[in-house]
Amino acid sequence: MAVKLKDLITKERAMRQGHRMCPGCGAPTVVQQALLAIEQPVVITAATGCLEVSTTIYPYNSWSVPFLHTAFENAGANVSGIEAAYVALKKRGKIKKDIKFIAFGGDGGTYDIGLQSLSGAAERGHDFTYICYNNQGYMNTGAQRSSATPKGASASTSPAGTVIPGKIQKPKDLTAIMAAHHIPYVAQTTIFNPMELIEKIKRAVETPGPAFVNVLAPCVLFWRLEPSMQREICKLAVETRFWPIYEVIDGEWKLGYKPKKFAPVEEFLKPQGRFKHLMKGETGKKIIEDLQKDIEEEWNYVLKLCGETWEPQS
Amino acid sequence: MPRKDITSGNWAVAEAMRQINPDVVAAYPITPSTDIPMRFSEFVADGLVDTNLVTVESEHSAISACVAASVSGARVMTASSANGVALMHEIFPIAASYRAPIVFGLVNRSLGAPINIHCDHGDSMAERDSGWIHIYCEDGQEVYDTTIMAVRIAEQKDVLLPIFVCQDGFITSHCFEPIEFMDDDVVRKFIGERDPLFPLLDVDNPVAYGSLVLTDYYFEIKRQQVEAMKHVEKAYLDVAAEFAKITGRNYPLVDKYRTEDADYIMVIMSSAAGASKETVDRLREKGHKVGCLRIRLFRPFPAKVIVDALKGAKAIAVCDRAASLGAPAPLFTEIKGALYDAGIHIPANTYVYGLGGRDFFPHNAEEAFMDLINKKMSPEERYLGLRE
Ligand SMILES: Cc1ncc(C[n+]2csc(CCOP(=O)(O)OP(=O)(O)O)c2C)c(N)n1
Ligand code: SF4
Ligand SMILES: [Mg+2]
Repeated sequence: MAVKLKDLITKERAMRQGHRMCPGCGAPTVVQQALLAIEQPVVITAATGCLEVSTTIYPYNSWSVPFLHTAFENAGANVSGIEAAYVALKKRGKIKKDIKFIAFGGDGGTYDIGLQSLSGAAERGHDFTYICYNNQGYMNTGAQRSSATPKGASASTSPAGTVIPGKIQKPKDLTAIMAAHHIPYVAQTTIFNPMELIEKIKRAVETPGPAFVNVLAPCVLFWRLEPSMQREICKLAVETRFWPIYEVIDGEWKLGYKPKKFAPVEEFLKPQGRFKHLMKGETGKKIIEDLQKDIEEEWNYVLKLCGETWEPQS
Repeated sequence: MPRKDITSGNWAVAEAMRQINPDVVAAYPITPSTDIPMRFSEFVADGLVDTNLVTVESEHSAISACVAASVSGARVMTASSANGVALMHEIFPIAASYRAPIVFGLVNRSLGAPINIHCDHGDSMAERDSGWIHIYCEDGQEVYDTTIMAVRIAEQKDVLLPIFVCQDGFITSHCFEPIEFMDDDVVRKFIGERDPLFPLLDVDNPVAYGSLVLTDYYFEIKRQQVEAMKHVEKAYLDVAAEFAKITGRNYPLVDKYRTEDADYIMVIMSSAAGASKETVDRLREKGHKVGCLRIRLFRPFPAKVIVDALKGAKAIAVCDRAASLGAPAPLFTEIKGALYDAGIHIPANTYVYGLGGRDFFPHNAEEAFMDLINKKMSPEERYLGLRE
């Protein structure tokens, strides 16, 4: 069933106003759009991180739906426990409703410290959707690098210095790692088109079994980005193929977006202060070349798995 | 009709779990507790329970899933030892703060290094300030009985705290002894159904667990946990009294063995009380007025009953199966604190014994008793069964 934004917009929000995330932050956009897609009652769990701390500052609470946070590295285990209780109590007739379970984790809580618990939950096959709002670093603790931080970015534990030009390593490919769990639904996207995310999350939630969605979501502070540029920077991430959009449904890879024209990675880098140091000097140039090379490699890898080719207009 | 079987401490926990038939068990293997989930898995596989068994990928996830399931409204159980317990450390205070009445079969094992699979109490003692109820058991029968009582104590509305049922790794967990089991329907009637307060899965009445609570409220929330702990003794005694009525087996907060008229008392926990009591009998035959006080409830610490039991003694020996490196051993510290608060100054010796599973023999107990009898008192920590 096709979803219409017009029908969704009046729906009661699962996360309401009054949260304390920065203006322009991508994370609340991810949450709002994702939860608009779900018709059933939901229970949310979140890993420690900006989203969790900024939405639950006691005695206030932005969530109008049940919400659980316990720690940083265990959103996968938490959602497993909630779902396990649900299955048990439903079997014993103590719960009647159909409920959906969503876990939110930042990239730190997902790519790094929480990877094991997510992997375990996926392997066990609980029925849940895990959404990683990926701002490419540890924001809650002050913009440290994570294994999702792109090469060349200046983060607080990989600062651009006079000798070392920001983060040296390229990020791990978590979406592919999750696809390698052979779970029924995996997707990678960003917040450049609301319907795009809404539909993907709807599919994820309605698919029985584990689903994982990796959503690139800017942090205005770390990315050093104009807050008004949230959607535009995500669009640039897609147009430059820095962040390919795709789904893996029951093992079938499906490309979600093919840019019409070739756009160099600089278009994505330039509006962001975290890459500013790359814009001058030979080292910066070399890193940008590397980034472009990595993009081509990754893009070809995704194209191949999706059985697609790409001929950009010149 | 209650039946008797020759079984182990671990299997006694598993048998209690079969009868309890919890909603969710999430567990991870580690020696020596792993027999519990292994045995329980067989019950699941054979359809003897319909528990949702979550075979997680680590102890951290085991306890995380337990907390999540418990706040969701499920009755939840698990088991672990040593490194597993240590890996769960981060989540224990969270379980207590969310008032998640998880029942936990803790099979005591020493913490590495050196790596060692045998018993001491270092693992659970490291969790003594986590906000859980701690009960230490002497033998398999007590482990079985306590596991069943624990469900009721933990779930009592003015308590609502998670609970460790501790038994000594291998010594109790793997020792086969005759244990009397209750009938299934008697157990089920005794424990009843869980009636959760504010379950996460009540989507019509949404609640949030795990808010960020800063300088303005954190302290008040911790204070509520202090209050909950104050209700434990009464809850324990009520449940134990009801249990005794059904089974004839009595479990006071502390086990007083010939302490009433004793001049010299050994304070000890768990299985080593056996050797201590045996020694008490032998020394009594020789005319020494000795006794053994075994602490069952360690958290909350039942200071009043302990002081009552000790106050008539001329000297005491406190035996710890755990060291607090760089400070006096944990049980000794608690006992001294309790006596101090009561204004009672009894000379006390402190002994550490049994680390890494070193056996505790009657002659070790005798050595400590003879120190008291011969007035060899000192505040220096001593070691029983150690080669120096
Ligand atoms: C075990 C543990 N280690 C470290 C922390 C500190 N910590 C809290 S949030 C956070 C970073 C979160 O990063 P991410 O998951 O990417 O979420 P974001 O803040 O970027 O939204 C860190 C390091 C913690 N809470 N727990
Ligand atoms: S610091 Fe970044 S991730 Fe955190 S709320 Fe602000 S913009 Fe969002
Ligand atoms: Mg992040």
